[in-house]
Amino acid sequence: MTWTIEGSTGAWEIVVGLEVHAQVISKAKLFSGASTLFGGEPNSQVSLVDAGFPGMLPVINHECVAQAVRTGLGLKAQINLMSRFDRKNYFYADLPTGYQISQFVHPIVGEGKIEIELADGTTREIGITRLHLEQDAGKLMHDQDPTRSFVDLNRAGVALMEIVSEPDIRSPEEAGAYLRKLRQILRYLGTCDGNMEEGSMRADVNVSVRKTGEAFRTRCEIKNVNSIRFVTQVIPIEAMRQIEIWESGGEVDQETRLFDPGKGETRSLRSKEDAHDYRYFPDPDLLPLVIERSWVDELAAALPELPDEKRARFQTEYGITAYDAGVLVAEQATADFYEAVAKGRDGRSAAAWMTGDFFAALNRMSRGIEESPVSADALGGMLDMIADGTINGKIAKEVLETMFETGESASDVVERKGLRQVTDTGAIETAADEIIAKHADKVAEYKSGKDKLFGFFVGQVMKATAGKANPAMVNEILKARLDG
Amino acid sequence: MALDPATARRVAKLARIGLNDQELETVRVQMGSILDWIGMLDEVDVENVPPMTGTEHVTLRQREDVVTDGGRAEDILSNAPDRAGAFFTVPKVVE
Repeated sequence: MTWTIEGSTGAWEIVVGLEVHAQVISKAKLFSGASTLFGGEPNSQVSLVDAGFPGMLPVINHECVAQAVRTGLGLKAQINLMSRFDRKNYFYADLPTGYQISQFVHPIVGEGKIEIELADGTTREIGITRLHLEQDAGKLMHDQDPTRSFVDLNRAGVALMEIVSEPDIRSPEEAGAYLRKLRQILRYLGTCDGNMEEGSMRADVNVSVRKTGEAFRTRCEIKNVNSIRFVTQVIPIEAMRQIEIWESGGEVDQETRLFDPGKGETRSLRSKEDAHDYRYFPDPDLLPLVIERSWVDELAAALPELPDEKRARFQTEYGITAYDAGVLVAEQATADFYEAVAKGRDGRSAAAWMTGDFFAALNRMSRGIEESPVSADALGGMLDMIADGTINGKIAKEVLETMFETGESASDVVERKGLRQVTDTGAIETAADEIIAKHADKVAEYKSGKDKLFGFFVGQVMKATAGKANPAMVNEILKARLDG
Repeated sequence: MALDPATARRVAKLARIGLNDQELETVRVQMGSILDWIGMLDEVDVENVPPMTGTEHVTLRQREDVVTDGGRAEDILSNAPDRAGAFFTVPKVVE
């Protein structure tokens, strides 16, 4: 179904394309030997190249090139064996050289695609136009002094990948799904940590509106939207602004805008009116970047299994649903944990426990899976005790909770608390007989057709045995007595 | 190729160079001559000739991903016209 906004002249469709800046994971910067670590002392991770001193020459970091190629491969994109660097000229206090080294005409990665999943279970393919390598700028701080802005160049020159999508996105939900999927792929590849809060992934959002079947209308670019939530918020806000202009007979100007989440509006960035006049030209300091097909093939062979493939494999190998598989592959660490639990065990039961009580307990403790007090081995041990009949599912919940609290193994908890399942027929029969004798009225009701009361008897027997009775045996014994 | 005054003014603005009308006129004429001189290259037919990007190394030299620089904030700041601690400072540029 198409997502539309209702205006006074009818329904409008939205057209969105995203430009994502993803900080490359590398030790040193794109063209210098200074460190990329976050949070260093001001200007302590800056080389003379980054600071734009005269006569300094850039030398490209091989690993940054490899990271861009890996990302291109992960996006099923064309890898360009010849690419080139251009200077993008603009004047700003965070850019000491007065130009950013970027790739304009010949990017290292060409067309690719990302498959996104939507809440209704459908999937859509979003095209990738290109991916290119470029330098990040320095950081400006405006709140330190009444008349001056402070400049820290530690980030200047760190490698970024700019990943540009086709204008294929048609709803805020699709934009969110695209960003989540892109971030997931980058994290799996280990090419960007995807942390939007620290600014290592930022999005520029291009929005336009049109009547169904029309060609594209003028778009506006909303710069530096720094969370997925803000991206999904800004799209309808900006679309509505444009619809109002068109419907009142006006014309939308192509311009750069800024999102103000507090006010819930976008506003024009007038200072950027010359911003698109970048006077690109090939950087005379840098020869074309030529890479070998054989090297690209080596990188391809060493790529990790990506989320789409992993999810498909989980479904066939462990017999779990597409939904559960999707949840379990969301993060690499979760997927690895699941596989350690599911290997050699019932995959469905492992998935049910992980997506249920296990995640719930982690959430309560607000811990990530890496800091889980219950290891994959320990969770597996508990599943083994359910599988061999030592404990039943209800008791297992209690056991797992205790494991989270004390860090004990399942078998230790079961021994210490005496939670072994009662499989002694005599003991269960005695309990059943007592319950039946005690509730003669309910027995009569049941026999006169109130079938639902069966659950009451099961509950009473379980209670009498402190939850430890084997539920299948309880059912069987009660059936024999009540229906016989 | 003669450059019109509006273009000359725009180029100066993009480069953040402040010029009065008389200076702008001088620069406009000079830039026009430079463009004419460079324009002579258009007389050469380079149809189907791949761009020449250098005369020595055929491809870009690459560097290993190792931190070899940094920890020299004083060097970096040595020419700063104004600073605060280890920061450069500039007139406030927030909107």
